[in-house]
Amino acid sequence: MDLVQLQRQFVDYRTSLYHEGFLDEQFTQLQELQDENNPDFVVEVVSLFFEDSERLLNELARALEQQSIDYKRIDAHVHQLKGSSSSIGAQRVQKVCIAFRNYCEEQNVEGCLKCLQQVRHEYSLVKTKLESLFQVRLPCRREIFFLSKMVLP
Amino acid sequence: MDSCNCIEPQWPPDDLLMKYQYISDFFIALAYFSIPLELIYFVKKSAVFPYRWVLVQFGAFIVLCGATHLINLWTFTMHTRTVAMVMTTAKVFTAVVSCATALMLVHIIPDLLSVKTRELFLKNKAAELDREMGLIRTQEETGRHVRMLTHEIRSTLDRHTILKTTLVELGRTLALEECALWMPTRTGLELQLSYTLRQQNPVGYTVPIHLPVINQVFSSSHAVKISPNCPVARIRPAGKYMPGEVVAVRVPLLHLSNFQINDWPELSTKRYALMVLMLPSDSARQWHVHELELVEVVADQVAVALSHAAILEESMRARDLLMEQNVALDLARREAETAIRARNDFLAVMNHEMRTPMHAIIALSSLLQETELTPEQRLMVETILKSSNLLSTLINDVLDLSRLEDGSLQLDLGTFNLFAVFREVLNLIKPIASVKKLHVSLNLAPDLPEYAIGDEKRLMQTILNVVGNAVKFSKEGSISITAIVAKSELLRDSRTPEFFPVPSDNHFYLRVQVKDSGVGISPQDIPKLFTKFAQTQSTATRNSGGSGLGLAICKRFVNLMEGHIWIESDGLGKGCTAIFMVKLGIPERLNEPKLPFMPKVPTNHGPTAFPGLKVLVMDENGVSRMVTKGLLVHLGCDVTMVSSSEECLHVVSHEHKVVFMDVCVPGMDGYEVAIRINEKFTKRHERPIIVALTGNTDKVTKENCMRVGMDGVILKPVSLDKMRSVLTELLEHRVLFEAI
Repeated sequence: MDLVQLQRQFVDYRTSLYHEGFLDEQFTQLQELQDENNPDFVVEVVSLFFEDSERLLNELARALEQQSIDYKRIDAHVHQLKGSSSSIGAQRVQKVCIAFRNYCEEQNVEGCLKCLQQVRHEYSLVKTKLESLFQVRLPCRREIFFLSKMVLP
Repeated sequence: MDSCNCIEPQWPPDDLLMKYQYISDFFIALAYFSIPLELIYFVKKSAVFPYRWVLVQFGAFIVLCGATHLINLWTFTMHTRTVAMVMTTAKVFTAVVSCATALMLVHIIPDLLSVKTRELFLKNKAAELDREMGLIRTQEETGRHVRMLTHEIRSTLDRHTILKTTLVELGRTLALEECALWMPTRTGLELQLSYTLRQQNPVGYTVPIHLPVINQVFSSSHAVKISPNCPVARIRPAGKYMPGEVVAVRVPLLHLSNFQINDWPELSTKRYALMVLMLPSDSARQWHVHELELVEVVADQVAVALSHAAILEESMRARDLLMEQNVALDLARREAETAIRARNDFLAVMNHEMRTPMHAIIALSSLLQETELTPEQRLMVETILKSSNLLSTLINDVLDLSRLEDGSLQLDLGTFNLFAVFREVLNLIKPIASVKKLHVSLNLAPDLPEYAIGDEKRLMQTILNVVGNAVKFSKEGSISITAIVAKSELLRDSRTPEFFPVPSDNHFYLRVQVKDSGVGISPQDIPKLFTKFAQTQSTATRNSGGSGLGLAICKRFVNLMEGHIWIESDGLGKGCTAIFMVKLGIPERLNEPKLPFMPKVPTNHGPTAFPGLKVLVMDENGVSRMVTKGLLVHLGCDVTMVSSSEECLHVVSHEHKVVFMDVCVPGMDGYEVAIRINEKFTKRHERPIIVALTGNTDKVTKENCMRVGMDGVILKPVSLDKMRSVLTELLEHRVLFEAI
């Protein structure tokens, strides 16, 4: 495939992400900030976002497993996650974080757990999309499965 | 003798004869004069007398005759010529009138006679009418009786009551001595005495059905007089006296089947009952015609009533049967529901219970794979992973399939990007294909809509399965995936005659063709491909694993999407082509404002809008910190980043013109920092501009910012243009209160 086609594919894919609400204008802004002085800006930010979010999600999971839940800490983490996701334009993650924070205020454990699940889900979705966009690949279960099933004797 | 012109009578007047003549003439004249008077008197009295003028004529005749005789009285003695003249005149007149009268009477007397005959005729007629009236009255009586009888008979639907009532009413109406009903037995060879009028409990006499007298009665639809001595009539012990006349009539016993469509009712019925009616003995009564007719009518009515009763009995029986069946069905249904619920519960539990450990195994094995392992260990872990993945797929497939069979699987319809689906499949397949050195190509038709409405996940699963199969069964060569919008000519494929898709305005048919150059499939195996658990016998497939459910599930998904899937192959070793068509919806035209903000060509504000402006950014969140930095760097600023208030206070100097701090983190006191900065830089012109970046601009936040001496508030997320305009404003006016 030649460059033009690749570029077109890239643009199409990205447009679809906007359509589905995975990304919003903030992401566009990030892309605008990328230039010859800063060629990998977006990739860097996105990678940082991934790292940060993974860490935060693990922290949240651990915090919610405790006997006595420290809602303040959870709130702080969710706030961070919200901030990160809004900075990068991960709209859906951000929305769930807002709901999450409400449950935290109410000190509603089920709500929090549910939101955690949702956040995880949305996060993994946007992660996959961004990965596809940037070919930043982390091996996933499906691929392992395919590999094992198809290639190995 | 004088010549007095008198006429001498011929006889001497003193003669005795003459005296008698004289007296007679006198009385005749009297009578003749009184008759008209009488006539006039009586005629005047009567209202109707058609011949008045005849009467006049007759009167004249009589009067003249009387006059003649009267005048004759004078001729007995010597009378003058005048008298003779008058006499002659009178006689002449009398002669004329009497002749005229005689002539007229010739006409009149026949008329008068005929009047008499007519009178006689009318009298006869009247007598006849009287007789007929009597007959009609009798008939009406009979009719009334019949109606009453019928009413009684039909007012009940119970067989026994009908028959009993018939006998009772007939007995009453016709004043019968005995009335009996003989019914055919079950075998049909005998007649059994079933009901009688007088005897309470008939003893159950039977009579063979093929007696000539009975045949005679059965073969005629009329009531037939029979001898009192025949077996059916010998019900009561014979008395000393002459038994009364006996009449028998047949009563057809109709069945439901007799009331078929065309004839009403079909009287080819074979079964009859016999009704025997006996007049009282010694009454010398005869069976009259109207009584016989009554009996016939009643017999027919009874037949109808009995058939109604029979129908009712049948329908009651049918209803009872239905009720029983209903109860049984209800029970069966409840049992089935319980079974289904039990199965669903089982599936749900198994679903969760099986998946959890599987997930753990797979996740941990794949994590283990990432660690340092000896080759032996690696092999073992890979085997574990492979097996557990297979098992997981199997579980998913079985669960999916059971849900599909159930019909409980429903498509998750949504708008999705069709191109993205294909690309994702391609991305997933490419690594494996390249390991196997297979070349994969994707061709999307130019008119294929980018967005479609359908179940994205299952469509992807289907495409993945089909493409995966292509990869699995190819050792070398290439795989081509083509996706087009199926046009109407293509829609009617000769190979799939039972599939008739109909495109419409808001749906289209996606046709995907996956062609590989692999091992191919032999023609006899093709029909088995989509049946579950069936696998082809070739060793190649045997080793590749899989439960054989994949295509079965694909077929079901495709069917759910109102489509069709089939596989063609030219034979073993010649590769195969899998084709499927599914129905997808076309989303509505997107509103323009919803389109995302497409990145424009970088404007020529130039990246160096604020060259070398030293800026300090304080944000605890790494990502947003980086983003803000990126923004400012793009605008040409020299950015220093700090992540905590202490660091901020440490680093801030008079060189920094602007300090951006994130104040929406709870617990982090951005306000405190602002106050401290204000304290640190007493001189206003040395103090950097402090701007708060916050996610909410409610009054409280703004008030707080103002209170601590901040110069501005910006609402996140910050766009490039916003940042640019904010910096411009700040540097110009040194204050900006709010930038949304």
